[in-house]
Amino acid sequence: MMTLLQLMFEFFKVGLFSIGGGLATLPFLYEMSDKTGWFTHADIADMIAISESTPGAIGINMSTYAGFKTAGVPGGILATLSLAAPSVIIILIIAKFLNSFRDNPNVEGALYGLRPASLAMISAAGLNVVKISLIDIETFILTGNPADLFVPKAIILAIALFIGTKKLKWSPIAFIAISAVVGIVFRM
Amino acid sequence: MNELLELYLTFLKIGCVNFGGGYAMLPLLESELVDKRHWTTLDDLRDYFSIGQCTPGIIALNVSTFIGESRCGILGGLCATLGFLTGPIAIILVIAATLTNFADLPVVQHAFAGIRVCVCVLIIQAVLRLWKSSVVDVFTFCLYLAIFLMNVFSGVLPVKIPLPFFVIAAGVLGAVVSAYRRSRGGIKGGREE
Repeated sequence: MMTLLQLMFEFFKVGLFSIGGGLATLPFLYEMSDKTGWFTHADIADMIAISESTPGAIGINMSTYAGFKTAGVPGGILATLSLAAPSVIIILIIAKFLNSFRDNPNVEGALYGLRPASLAMISAAGLNVVKISLIDIETFILTGNPADLFVPKAIILAIALFIGTKKLKWSPIAFIAISAVVGIVFRM
Repeated sequence: MNELLELYLTFLKIGCVNFGGGYAMLPLLESELVDKRHWTTLDDLRDYFSIGQCTPGIIALNVSTFIGESRCGILGGLCATLGFLTGPIAIILVIAATLTNFADLPVVQHAFAGIRVCVCVLIIQAVLRLWKSSVVDVFTFCLYLAIFLMNVFSGVLPVKIPLPFFVIAAGVLGAVVSAYRRSRGGIKGGREE
């Protein structure tokens, strides 16, 4: 029982203080590992890899994993809900505020600046995915051959997907599933 | 009641296919929530992302809470968030209980090499669609370029600038520039159609 409460408290703290996306939880997780011994640094590294291969964000996954390791299935569920709780409470408050202040000229002005900022961060995140999927900088540096900069299979798939998503009005889920199958079949 | 269940199930679905974290979720949300269900607009979604960037917690979660709240109040926010969490929790519980080296399996690695390409294409298309409503004049273009470059070259900058800083600075700048234009008596306020 004490373990469950402590789990909830620790992950609530992480949820409250990690601002801005999944990777922001990492420093807190390392600290928690040192302090509680619930999981090791190697566990965190594994969880980063697993989080890249499963739908969840790293913070969510780590809380489920650590909770499960220390207190079984209830631990996994409670730790995750505790991580989410602070942000849910804060967003519910902001949502109320935002709806009543939408037409305020200063809020409208702030959003005017926020829009290009948000788009810039989306673009940068997109470029990061391009760097790990479409191009291979390491091989290019080794060989110096510009042809090695691009990953041919990935580029062909990207072009096909670009055309496919434009022409077909399918859900992105369908394209994600197709890409997974293509990745397995062509050993990408 | 039915609407709450629909919220839960919609976000359960999104949570199960949200590969690649926060921004990778945007195209999925657009297809499910804007095109299919007309629950919100692409522009509102982007505003939720900006706010999520400077509040605690994972952005994807913040966006779920926002949309749930806008549909059905506080209960809606809770249902959407719980729905979003259900898939990841179930998947990690299964992985933690059974597999120890899930991410090292060749099949998993190949599948995710493919999925990453798809995530790339989806994000690029989302950027193209949002461009027109975000970058509307010289000021917004300069802001976009500055923040994009600072993000891309964050590794070589002498100090690591936290993302919430960009959001807060951009919000303040936007409010100040709009207020200045209003005081000059121009008709150009924050919004330009």
